[in-house]
Amino acid sequence: MNRALFEHVRFARLYVVITALLGFLAAAATVAQMVFLSRIVDRVFLKGAGLASVRDLLAILLAAVIARAALLWVREVAAQRGAVRVKSELRDRLFEHVLRLGPSYTGGERTGELVTTATEGIEKLEPYFARYLPQMVLSASVPLLVVAYVFPRDWSSAALLLITAPVIPIMMVLVGSYAEEHMQRQWTALSRMGAHFLDVLQGLPTLKTFNRGAAERERVAAVSEEFRARTMKVLKFAFLSGLVLEFMTAVAIALIAVTLGVRLVSGNMPFEEAFVVLLLAPEFYRPLRELGVHRHAGMEGKAAAERIAEILAIPPPVSGECGPSDHLSGGLTIDLSSVGYTYPGNERPALSDLSLMLPAGTRTAVVGRSGTGKSTLVNLLMRFLDPMEGSIRANGVEVQDLPVDLWRTNVALVPQRPHLFHGSVLENIRIARPEASRAEVERAAELAGAAEFIRRLPKGYDTQVGERGARLSGGEAQRLAIARAFLKDAPVLILDEPTSSLDPESERLVRLAVEKLSEGRTTLIVAHRLNTVYSADKIVVLEAGRLAESGTHAALAGGDGPYARLVGAYGGASA
Amino acid sequence: MRTFLRLIRFLGPYRWQVALAVFLGVVTVVSNVGLLATAAYVISAAAIVSYISLLVIQVYLVRIFSVSRSFSRYAERMVSHDVTFRLLGNLRTWFYGRLEPLAPARLAGYRSGDLLSRVVRDVEELENVYLRILAPAAIAAVISAFTFALFYIFSPALAFVALGFLTLTGVGVPILVRTLSRGLGRRELELRAELNARIVDGVQGAQDLLAFGAEGAHQMEIAAVGRKLDRVQRKMAFVTGLRDSLNDLLTNLTMIAALVLTIPLVAQGEIKGVYLGFLALVALGAFEAVQPLGTAFQFLGRSLHAGERLFEISDSEPAVRDPEKPYPAPADHTLEFDRVSFQYEQDETAVLEDISFTLRPGSRIAVVGPSGAGKSTLVNLILRFWDPQGGEVRFGGRDIRDYETEDLRSLVGVVAQDTHVFNASLRENLSLARPGADDTVLKEALERARLSDLVERLPGGLDGYIGEQGARISGGERQRLAVARALLKDAPVLVMDEATANLDPVTERELLESARSLMLGRSTLVITHRLVDMESMDEILVLDGGRIVERGTHAELRGSGDLYSRMLEVQNGMFAARTSGRIGQN
Repeated sequence: MNRALFEHVRFARLYVVITALLGFLAAAATVAQMVFLSRIVDRVFLKGAGLASVRDLLAILLAAVIARAALLWVREVAAQRGAVRVKSELRDRLFEHVLRLGPSYTGGERTGELVTTATEGIEKLEPYFARYLPQMVLSASVPLLVVAYVFPRDWSSAALLLITAPVIPIMMVLVGSYAEEHMQRQWTALSRMGAHFLDVLQGLPTLKTFNRGAAERERVAAVSEEFRARTMKVLKFAFLSGLVLEFMTAVAIALIAVTLGVRLVSGNMPFEEAFVVLLLAPEFYRPLRELGVHRHAGMEGKAAAERIAEILAIPPPVSGECGPSDHLSGGLTIDLSSVGYTYPGNERPALSDLSLMLPAGTRTAVVGRSGTGKSTLVNLLMRFLDPMEGSIRANGVEVQDLPVDLWRTNVALVPQRPHLFHGSVLENIRIARPEASRAEVERAAELAGAAEFIRRLPKGYDTQVGERGARLSGGEAQRLAIARAFLKDAPVLILDEPTSSLDPESERLVRLAVEKLSEGRTTLIVAHRLNTVYSADKIVVLEAGRLAESGTHAALAGGDGPYARLVGAYGGASA
Repeated sequence: MRTFLRLIRFLGPYRWQVALAVFLGVVTVVSNVGLLATAAYVISAAAIVSYISLLVIQVYLVRIFSVSRSFSRYAERMVSHDVTFRLLGNLRTWFYGRLEPLAPARLAGYRSGDLLSRVVRDVEELENVYLRILAPAAIAAVISAFTFALFYIFSPALAFVALGFLTLTGVGVPILVRTLSRGLGRRELELRAELNARIVDGVQGAQDLLAFGAEGAHQMEIAAVGRKLDRVQRKMAFVTGLRDSLNDLLTNLTMIAALVLTIPLVAQGEIKGVYLGFLALVALGAFEAVQPLGTAFQFLGRSLHAGERLFEISDSEPAVRDPEKPYPAPADHTLEFDRVSFQYEQDETAVLEDISFTLRPGSRIAVVGPSGAGKSTLVNLILRFWDPQGGEVRFGGRDIRDYETEDLRSLVGVVAQDTHVFNASLRENLSLARPGADDTVLKEALERARLSDLVERLPGGLDGYIGEQGARISGGERQRLAVARALLKDAPVLVMDEATANLDPVTERELLESARSLMLGRSTLVITHRLVDMESMDEILVLDGGRIVERGTHAELRGSGDLYSRMLEVQNGMFAARTSGRIGQN
């Protein structure tokens, strides 16, 4: 059981207990049902009773049957309610926590896995909480109930049941460890097949240019066949273990039946009790067999639960502590002194000993090859991360002491690849200031040079964009992000230029908008364009997480430092 | 229903295996009922006979049933799963066969993730049609008939009552559940899709949310959709609980009804008392066969939907068709566009309008212009992935629609922007272009494409794996692989379609070096928005908004002050090596 996860959803334990309790009561109703069934058969068969004289017994039997059905209903409802609450609670917590971990965690290759955990992983908790865990309790308690009833009446059958019982869990553990390993391989096989198909689908045009499209059909057949063979191997094992279990319980029941028969013939036992024992024998094994049925889903749920607990246990990189909420006003001068940061799990620091002054209202361009710490610098200034060494001050105030939210109201970010949320253009810009009026949003778009293309969209500002909406080009998305920054109107601006080239017209419009936006603001631009660097007040060159040189374009380009080399590499290659 | 019948038709070749699976399923249920009911008879009889040896046959039956129950279940599972997976494999191959001619024209509207989920998940979903719906329904029908016949021997009234309850459980409950949960199921799927979309949005857009302090609002949105989903799932639980409960109740009521009907007959001596326990247990056991139908019906809607999604694609018509009587491949390799106009969708604006040019053997033409100007559409027309609406594309003076597409495509080599590297060995990735080529030929091509060091580096050399799950190869190597493929294909016409678009300037140069030997002696069409090596072109076409707005040589165009010279200017303003663009730990 996953203690770490239960810490997050304490109420879940209660639901598991209630569900198990209801299941136990249903099992008790079953025992009652079997007892009265055998009593009725006994009266009619051996004592010659008619329908009238067993009417009361039949009524009790009916009551037991109805009670059992009702209990099963309530049990399912309770189990699902619990699971729904657990899922809901954990989903909210997980998402909240992921956001606290910030873009330095969610970015890159992790996105897919995170999304899978937050959607499918959460759903997998349902069979785990609603079925597997309660069934664990039942598979321990219900057999004991049955034995408790059988033992005083027929100790030898009770002994037989008790002896055979442990074989089931032992088999399950044995089979389980083997099957889990195979299940893993099976899962790999499935994802390999998926990967193969994706590969073929994406490569179809390539295949066709080489006239190989039709030939690929055989490979599809071969991959499918291999998958079938693998799956059958795993299933064969699962079915074989099912065979052993079933065989064992069937033989045990047959054995009990025959022994009971022998003892009845010799007159050692009353019929009624023998019949009850026979009827209860399958009930003894039932919960254990059902545990086997839910085992696979349970294991999957457990794995998902572990992964969720793992993510929830990662400490957020930025403390949410509220220090004195000093009010920052006017232009902001940002001062980084000996700032260093190392990502967890990495040996090499992403940034080290970086001292840098961004005077109020000036433009600073950062250049450097990929992997030199430019993104980390952006993350630190946005407080998606807090520095491990050194400090960042704004107008002399230690930024780390401010509440995160308050700090971020002072900084606007235009990221390299702005995300468009599912919603209208208006909503997408308004994210920067939810209370902004439509006129204010339109003005921001105007300033960002986005107004014209927005007007050309089918529904103007009300056009849906994002994953399921209209597709915007890179340059258009960029200008929407700039409009957001205009709307936010923060004293500090951080701009991560896109690396790929836009077409000439978009390029020009974006450049104009950026120039307008950075006016009068403390601006840091991660630059990929010569024009940007030309117009910056200062250029900072990063190399391997350290400041390599800084100065104006004129001062740096003339030398033979890293900046001069960077400019040379590009300039030399163009026509 | 039509979808269902179409799906059933795929079972044709396996009908005997399916019959065997159903037979084994029936044996399993019969053994299960037989084991308990015969055991009940043995015990009852033992209470009134004086020697157990009088019950030898029945005792044997108990033993046989106990063995046959487990073995027939094992066999049934093996047979039915094996058939199902064979069938799914066939379905996949069939689907691929239908899909292949549709690419890329008819598949342009689908994302590859969507297609993938059809090939893998939807086909997988059909497993339910065969394993959980068809076979169980057949077994339930047979078992119901057996039960009816057995009860009829004892009492016709009992037989009819049991049949009624069986039908109620097997048909009535599923229909009730379906009616109650129909709207809910769809609503649940919708809400889950919406929730997922918002979570994806939130995770991918985390940076923007946080930067603007909008994370709280997005969390609330997710929570609100979550609450709606909770409500639907709780209602759903009410229905599934009802289903389980009704199944259980009906089963037990049948048993009680059997008692009520049989007891008077026993009292009157029409049925021997020794059979009373036997009949009660048969009544209980027979329901094992009909209970799964409730769940089966819940799957039905989903499975049919999956089937529809498959048929939706397999039923579409390919965009281009081979002519009835194709001309043999032309010996003259002049490629000619004559007033070609094209649009992808009827109601969309034209992507190409009135395009005319002639690519003579051995000459070079560059097509330049901003992104979205329709440049790459030219390749799709040359390869005949689409047919133009106006004008003609000619090869050797004849409309390309008169040739077989295979012949046509064998005349054109393409180095595209995103070269697809298959998840396979380097050898397989190369011999795609020339099946059966030996090592010397492959190595020579690699040498000329300047990829020899890749072979050295790869564990396993030519047989080393590249692609998604193999060794990582760089963007430059990827494009040089495309050059090597084109060399192997050795087609008279070469198209370079934005071949250097994703490369940094240094790598771009290297690629152009390696492509030089490829262009030698071939007519080449270079499509690009990067103006590199333009001096060596015989003609440059400047495309904007689907039209040729300027044409001439580099020398003629560079000083014109129009689009071409503006592009040159912007290009010289670009700076520095491109970064990978990741926000994380780089």
